[in-house]
Amino acid sequence: MLVSSHPSPPAQHFAVVARGVEKSFGSLRVLKGVDLIVEYGKVACILGPSGSGKSTFLRCMNHLERIDKGLLQVGGQLVGYRQHAGKLYEMKQSEVARQRADIGMVFQSFNLFPHMTVLQNIIEAPVGVKRLDKQQAIDEAMELLAKVGLTAKAASYPRTLSGGQQQRVAIARALAMKPKLMLFDEPTSALDPELVGEVLNVMRELASDGMTMIVVTHELGFAREVGDMVVFMDGGVVVEQGSPSELFTNTKSNRAKAFLSKVL
Amino acid sequence: MPVVPLRHYGRWLAAAALLVVLGGLVVSMITNPRFKWDIVFQYLLDDAIISGLLMTIWLTIAAMAIGIVLGTVIALMRISENRVLASVASGYLWVFRGTPLLVQLIFWFNLSALYPQITIGFPFGPSFGNFDANQYITVYVAALLGLGLNEGAYMSEIVRSGLNSVPVGQREAAQALGMSSFRVMWRIILPQAMRVIIPPTGNQLIGMLKTTSLVSVIAMQELLYSAQLIYSANFQTIPLLIVASIWYLVLTTVLSIGQYFLERHFGRSDRRTAIAASEDSADGSAENARVA
Ligand SMILES: Nc1ncnc2c1ncn2[C@@H]1O[C@H](COP(=O)(O)OP(=O)(O)OP(=O)(O)O)[C@@H](O)[C@H]1O
Ligand SMILES: [Mg+2]
Repeated sequence: MLVSSHPSPPAQHFAVVARGVEKSFGSLRVLKGVDLIVEYGKVACILGPSGSGKSTFLRCMNHLERIDKGLLQVGGQLVGYRQHAGKLYEMKQSEVARQRADIGMVFQSFNLFPHMTVLQNIIEAPVGVKRLDKQQAIDEAMELLAKVGLTAKAASYPRTLSGGQQQRVAIARALAMKPKLMLFDEPTSALDPELVGEVLNVMRELASDGMTMIVVTHELGFAREVGDMVVFMDGGVVVEQGSPSELFTNTKSNRAKAFLSKVL
Repeated sequence: MPVVPLRHYGRWLAAAALLVVLGGLVVSMITNPRFKWDIVFQYLLDDAIISGLLMTIWLTIAAMAIGIVLGTVIALMRISENRVLASVASGYLWVFRGTPLLVQLIFWFNLSALYPQITIGFPFGPSFGNFDANQYITVYVAALLGLGLNEGAYMSEIVRSGLNSVPVGQREAAQALGMSSFRVMWRIILPQAMRVIIPPTGNQLIGMLKTTSLVSVIAMQELLYSAQLIYSANFQTIPLLIVASIWYLVLTTVLSIGQYFLERHFGRSDRRTAIAASEDSADGSAENARVA
């Protein structure tokens, strides 16, 4: 990693600071120097064509992928590394796990644990990782289920739920760890059109509660309405970013214009 | 209009011929005095036979237990990112699947010829103790080592295919929640892998029951060797082999019935997963793609 060329920002105020983040899979360069700053309490929506590196960037934020170069801080801490005496030390698995516990992630394909009920899915990490008292975890899980409108499904297995319901459970499961940041990777792309709304509603509510969110999405309506900032990625870099009104009505780059004209 | 089903004269003829042959065989088994059914029944519950039977059951359980634990360890080593661990596991598989079990058993039995003294310690370094191989590598230990180590190689392939059957998204979702790698494996991956692991393990168990008869070559007193000891004294070879066979059949039948119910149970959840999987692929998710 290369840090010296970048002056360290006062990162504590920022949920995410990325500077010159690079990532390759073998010879394929996927991220070619991504710069992004997301403030706490804000919702950032990442748009961009397929293969532009949106998912990879999001996955770097909780160390599901390792960055090759650049600086990536979440909550003021380097992701996956400890800085000590001018050197970067790769973190132990347990330290990485502790970092991840503060970052919630929602996947396109839900990834609920099929051998557990909805309630078990939600309390698994609070009880197993945070050592929360089981009854308290259950109480909190039921509150979260009420919030996503699925109280009646607590004892159901994921396979008996619709896609929209599964994704709402996945959001509740991530929230149960009381994360400071929520990452969403195309949370509605796998859903039938009539189920998209119920998931977006939950996310909208979460945003109005003040949750810091980074959302990779193709839902331009959601980005325009809920997003505090919109980030357009293409070819492994951030091409353009700004407030939704700026980016949608006053698009500067040709690449963003071309993409938006295709999607709208 | 009345329907006249096709008459399968050929099949009926074959079935009739088969019945005649089988009938002849059964009649000959009953009437041929050399089968000596009286001796069969005399020895069926003989003390030596029963203790051999119990040893066979114990060997089967113990060797399978060693095989399952070892197989899980080898499987985890094989999917490890550490090259040394992965290579050692592959080498283990290569040796133990590439040589006959019979040879391995005789080898373990004669280990004391190769290493009369076994020293526990570091190569060229400090040692913790000396063992006289003749004393510790008994027939019993040789049998357990031979069966268990060999089974470990086969079980590791079964465990590995089970682990691979769990979609990568499951691991990632668990990691994203902050679970340690041990916890991810123990709470998320292994329980889901069990569906794939358990049915073939049932097959291995039934196979192991019969394979234990091989340790008769190193004079381990299990069911077959107990029968052999008796017929080498009284020369009633065929009746005693029938006694052993009857007990093997009883045990494999019991296990097969157990396996039938086990597979029905897991088959049902397989059908459910098949439905879930088709739903997953219908929504076009790449994240659920299974790792090869
Ligand atoms: N684990 C991996 N190994 C190799 N290549 C990968 C891996 N993950 C992603 N890629 C490649 O990296 C590139 C960017 O992938 P990424 O998933 O980040 O794109 P994306 O912007 O999320 O696209 P989409 O909108 O289709 O989800 C793609 O070409 C992809 O094939
Ligand atoms: Mg993606």
